Amino acid sequence: MAQTKEYPTEPLKIWNEAKDLRRKYYEGYLTAHEHGALRWAGGAWSFSAIPAGLGNDVYCITGEPYGATVAFFKEFTSKCHDAVEAAGFPRTLCAYMRNYWGSILLDKYILADGTIVDHYPAPDFIWQDHICCSHGKWYQVVKWLEETKGKKVPMYCVDVSVGYSPDEPLETYKINYIVQQLNDGIDWLEKVTGRKYDDKLLCEAVWNEMRATSLWAEVCALNQAVPAPLDEKSMYSLYVMGTLMKHRPECVTFYEKLKAEVEDRVRRGIAAVPNERFRVITDTQPPWGFLQIFREMEKYGVVSLGSLYTYGLIGMWEYRPDGTWAPKQLPLEKPQTREEALKAIVEWTAHRPEWAHFYLPELKTKMMLSIVKQWKVNAVLLHYNRGCEGLSVHIAENRLGLLDAGVPVFPFEGNMGDEREFDMPGTLARLTAFFSSVGLKKLRE
Amino acid sequence: MITAGVDVGAKYSKIVLLEDGKNILTRANGVVGFDVGKSAVEVFEKALVDANLKRDQISQIVATGMGRKIIHKNPPINAGEIVPEVIADAKGVFHLIPTVKTVIDVGAEEGRGVKVGEKGGVKDFVINERCAAGAGTFIETMARALEVRVEDMGPLALKSTNVIPMNAQCCVFAESEVVTLIHAKVSKEDVAKAIHDAMAGRIASMVLRVGVEKDVVLVGGVARNPGFIPPLKKELNAEILVPEYPEYTGALGAAIIAFEMEGQK
Repeated sequence: MAQTKEYPTEPLKIWNEAKDLRRKYYEGYLTAHEHGALRWAGGAWSFSAIPAGLGNDVYCITGEPYGATVAFFKEFTSKCHDAVEAAGFPRTLCAYMRNYWGSILLDKYILADGTIVDHYPAPDFIWQDHICCSHGKWYQVVKWLEETKGKKVPMYCVDVSVGYSPDEPLETYKINYIVQQLNDGIDWLEKVTGRKYDDKLLCEAVWNEMRATSLWAEVCALNQAVPAPLDEKSMYSLYVMGTLMKHRPECVTFYEKLKAEVEDRVRRGIAAVPNERFRVITDTQPPWGFLQIFREMEKYGVVSLGSLYTYGLIGMWEYRPDGTWAPKQLPLEKPQTREEALKAIVEWTAHRPEWAHFYLPELKTKMMLSIVKQWKVNAVLLHYNRGCEGLSVHIAENRLGLLDAGVPVFPFEGNMGDEREFDMPGTLARLTAFFSSVGLKKLRE
Repeated sequence: MITAGVDVGAKYSKIVLLEDGKNILTRANGVVGFDVGKSAVEVFEKALVDANLKRDQISQIVATGMGRKIIHKNPPINAGEIVPEVIADAKGVFHLIPTVKTVIDVGAEEGRGVKVGEKGGVKDFVINERCAAGAGTFIETMARALEVRVEDMGPLALKSTNVIPMNAQCCVFAESEVVTLIHAKVSKEDVAKAIHDAMAGRIASMVLRVGVEKDVVLVGGVARNPGFIPPLKKELNAEILVPEYPEYTGALGAAIIAFEMEGQK
């Protein structure tokens, strides 16, 4: 076995708090009706700060993280897929969506620790936006499925397909197009819930979301340090707060604490992977049922620092005048009125990095190359993810762009949420070949 | 100094004994049975007898292939190091044909494309995923469906000039297509050609992902199939070179790596 320098390492102190926060989130949604609270469903990218104006007792379940949670527990996933396929849906659809539908069809709800509860808790309303084809259809089917169980769930969707500009603000008419839909949506929310809308709560939620998504980017930026204070497998359990509750004050508090801890790790040279000697990034969602692949990589001294996905799915970034890709800076003032809040959140959200490639693959390649340079990345592992059309679109073009820039790339096929489409031994064998081709040897068994 | 390369493949074990990193003393191969380790040992012992050598006269052994871990630091072969197939392929082919830039290796279970860099290193590679339709087993399965010997498949295909597209991306579904063609009274020659065309199409589209640069060298057991080369040549629009013993290049590469390892001591 080859030898390498060993860095000090230690577990994250905030780890248990992260687990607890996530547990409370799913339980909060489950038990909301017991104390007269509201439940809503929608995607992780929906404008979640808007329903927050209905009160502090409004709980949401975001579909993609729920689909990923299902995927982590393979036996339950398999049952979900069987139910979805028996209902006539093809297995080529978004895997998160199928996991979510399967859970409804089985009438079972899974908690973050794998506990399965009888009776899927139906939402009181659906609040979604359209960015990819699956996002568009997902909740239409949820609505149908709930109707078959006798529950009518009203649904509202926001169209966000206004284009993407990495460096310049979007044109006013595009911003207004989305703002107007949100304004109409607030009227709709009042109508379907019978509640009076509170603009002060909206302004708080918008500000929370902007702070949380900027803070997460700041945490990710700290991973530029050598050794890296965080590894991607751990980051999955941390970024998820932003996908669940980016508008909530507890999310902001959590990321503030996390940032302080990671800064401390950087100061003290604490490594996520003690034998770090080769730095990679990945792309798109991982095959959730097979995260041990990251531990296998560590046997070679390889640390995965994250990805455009883990950094930019929720984290907000911008190009600074010096050309560096950096956490997006907050506006100077917190919004004070409904109009200010809606405009602020639309302008903020329209620059989400993970929306760029829906419009132009070159924009995604550019951001990936910025990460490669600034995070001192040696190679990129690309997941050709059959489970997510949206995030995999153009990925082969990203590969070519990276190769043209001289970055070694390892593509592998799989599926984030359907284990039938991931070959763990085969992928590990190919990964071993890739590591050998870049001169890496196994450091430990 | 004598070194050895052992390629424990899906269907055959191949061994090359090498003197001073260049002269091949002997080659041997044998079918991999259920007991992979035992099959590899039998071939290894056969090679020793052929070359009139004993195990302790071999300075270093490097193993490659699907079953390489079974003989890694495990007597009696006791391979000192293991390397992935793409590394061994590139090294072995570069030794034989130094102008090589692209290696295509089609074995029993896997197809691989390797972009070769300086000194026989690997610049990039691609391997077929989870489907036998791009590997030798595909032809074996189709030979059974056509009721011909596998070694007759290539010559049979060369007798046909008709183009019959086969669309299946999977060995099992492809077999269904072949059965349909048989029922439609399509000649065996035409079906055999359709099978080789389809396989060449799959391999070419895979290799094109890493880019095809001349010289292009085809190795692996399927390189001995004359029916596979013309459609591959057509798909890639490139001349295809085939070394004299194409199934041994992985083992040869492993033996060269073993020699290089000893030189570094």
